[in-house]
Amino acid sequence: MERQMDQDHIVKSYDEELAQLDHMVGRMGELAARQVESAIQALVREDAALAQKVMAGDIEIDGMETEIDTTAVRVLALRQPMATDLRRVIATMKTAGSLERIGDYARNIANRSQVITALPGDHGGIRVIERMGGIVNEMIYAVLEAYHNSDAERANAVRLRDESVDQLNNSLFRELLTYMMETPSNITLSMHLLFIAKNLERIGDHLTNVAEHIHVMATGEVPEWERPKVDHSSQIT
Amino acid sequence: MNGVRSPILMTTTFPETISEPENIFAEMASAVFSARNVDVYYGEKRALVNVSVEIPRNQVTAMIGPSGCGKSTFLRCLNRMNDLIEDCRVQGDILLDGEDIHDPAVDVVTLRMRVGMVFQKPNPFPKSIYDNVAYGPRIHGMALSRADLDEIVFKSLDRAGLLNEVRDRMYDSATGLSGGQQQRLCIARAIAIAPEVILMDEPCSALDPIASARVEDLIDELRQKYSIIVVTHSMQQAARISQKTVFFHLGELVEEGETDRIFTAPEDTRTQAYITGRIG
Repeated sequence: MERQMDQDHIVKSYDEELAQLDHMVGRMGELAARQVESAIQALVREDAALAQKVMAGDIEIDGMETEIDTTAVRVLALRQPMATDLRRVIATMKTAGSLERIGDYARNIANRSQVITALPGDHGGIRVIERMGGIVNEMIYAVLEAYHNSDAERANAVRLRDESVDQLNNSLFRELLTYMMETPSNITLSMHLLFIAKNLERIGDHLTNVAEHIHVMATGEVPEWERPKVDHSSQIT
Repeated sequence: MNGVRSPILMTTTFPETISEPENIFAEMASAVFSARNVDVYYGEKRALVNVSVEIPRNQVTAMIGPSGCGKSTFLRCLNRMNDLIEDCRVQGDILLDGEDIHDPAVDVVTLRMRVGMVFQKPNPFPKSIYDNVAYGPRIHGMALSRADLDEIVFKSLDRAGLLNEVRDRMYDSATGLSGGQQQRLCIARAIAIAPEVILMDEPCSALDPIASARVEDLIDELRQKYSIIVVTHSMQQAARISQKTVFFHLGELVEEGETDRIFTAPEDTRTQAYITGRIG
C-alpha cells in the first residue's frame, strides 16, 4: 500500500495533510459505528435518553463530512495529487459521504426506538434487529481497518458479510408480514421495526460501497465483484 | 488558437489517397518513431540504458523524469542532435517511418527538416518576425516565389496561433515580442519547414502561466497534423497535453503507457514515487 510506501513526500506538509485526512476518516467512522451501536442499544434497552443522545450526535458526523470535504478539496487544489495520492483523496471524500449517510440511518433508528418503546405488542423482532445491528457494527470497524491499511482483500471480506445482513432483513420481513396479517393491531409496531431493518440493510450497502472505494484506492482498478444481492424483500408478496 | 481559423486548419489532415476509415485508424495507430535497444554514452558515462519505445503518430507523447534521467538525451537522439556533442555515442536502432536514421544514406539536414525542434528558452533569430519564419523555407528552397514564401510564413504563423498578434508588424524585430510570443514564433519557425515530428524540450518552462496555456492549447491543435514529443518537468502539463507518457529514471525507460493510466494507476513503484512527489 502506497501510504506505507517506503518514502515520504519531498514536501513534508503534504504528508501531514494526507495523514490528517486519514485520521479524520478514522474518527468519523468510529463515531458512525458508535452511533449505530447506541441506536440499537436505545431500542433494545428502551433507553429514551440514549436515543436522544444519538439524535443530537448526528450533527457532529455531518460536521465531520464538511470538514473532510474542505480539507480534501484544499489538498486537490494545492497539491494536485497524482496516482495513489489522488485515489486516496477521492476515496476519502466518497467514504465520508457514505459515513454521513450511515449516521443519518442511526439517527432514524434512534428516533423510531422512542416510538416503539411506547407501543404494545410482541417486540420479538427486536432480537433479529439486534443481531443485524451487531453484524453491521462489526462491518463498520472492519471496513475502517481495511481503509486504514488500504487492504483490498479485507474490504472484499466486508462486502461479502453484507449478505448475512440482507438475509436477516428478508427473514424479518416475512416474519413481520405474517404477524401483521394475523394481528392488524401490531401493524404500527411492525412497520417501525421493518423500517429499522431496512435502515440497517442500507447501512450494509453503504459499507459495500466503501469497500469498493478501498479497492480502487488500493489497486487503481474498479473491482469486478459480483454483488451478492440477496435483499429479496422487494419481491416478497 | 486566437482569432479566425484559416481554411487550411479545417481541411482534413490525412492524405487523400486514404479513404477507408480503417486505414485512417491504422495510420494514426502506427508508430512514427521506433527506438530499439538504444544506449547513449557521453564518454564513459552511460546516459541511456537499453531504451526501446514506440512514438505514436499524430499524438502528443510526454517524456517525464527527474533531472539527468535521460529524457532530453533521448529527445536529442531523434533528430541526431547528439552528433553535435563530442564524445557522445549512440547505439541501437532508431527508425523514423521504418527507416534507420543512422543509415549512411540518411542526410542529417533532411532528417532535421522532418524532425523539427523547439527549445526551452525561446531563441528567435535577431531578425524580423517574417524572416524568422521564412528562414527555413528559404535555405531549403521550399518557396519558388515571394508569394509562395508569404503563404508559408502566414500559414505557419496562423497555425502557431500568432498571426493575429503580429500581422501588422511582420517586419519588426522578433526580439521585441513577449516570451510567450517568441516561443510561438519558434513553433511557427519549426512548422514552416513542414516537419512530420516536432520535438519540444521544456517548451513552457520559461513562460508565464497564460503564455504556457496558449502553447499547451497550440500543442493540442498541432497534433492533428504533426506527431509531437514533449519533454516536461511539469507532471500536470504532461497529464494535460499528452496521450502517451514515458517515464525515465537513471537512464532507463521505467514505464510507458496511456497518460490517463500513468497518472492515475502507474504500475512501477518508481513511477509512482516520482509522480506523487516522493523522488525528484
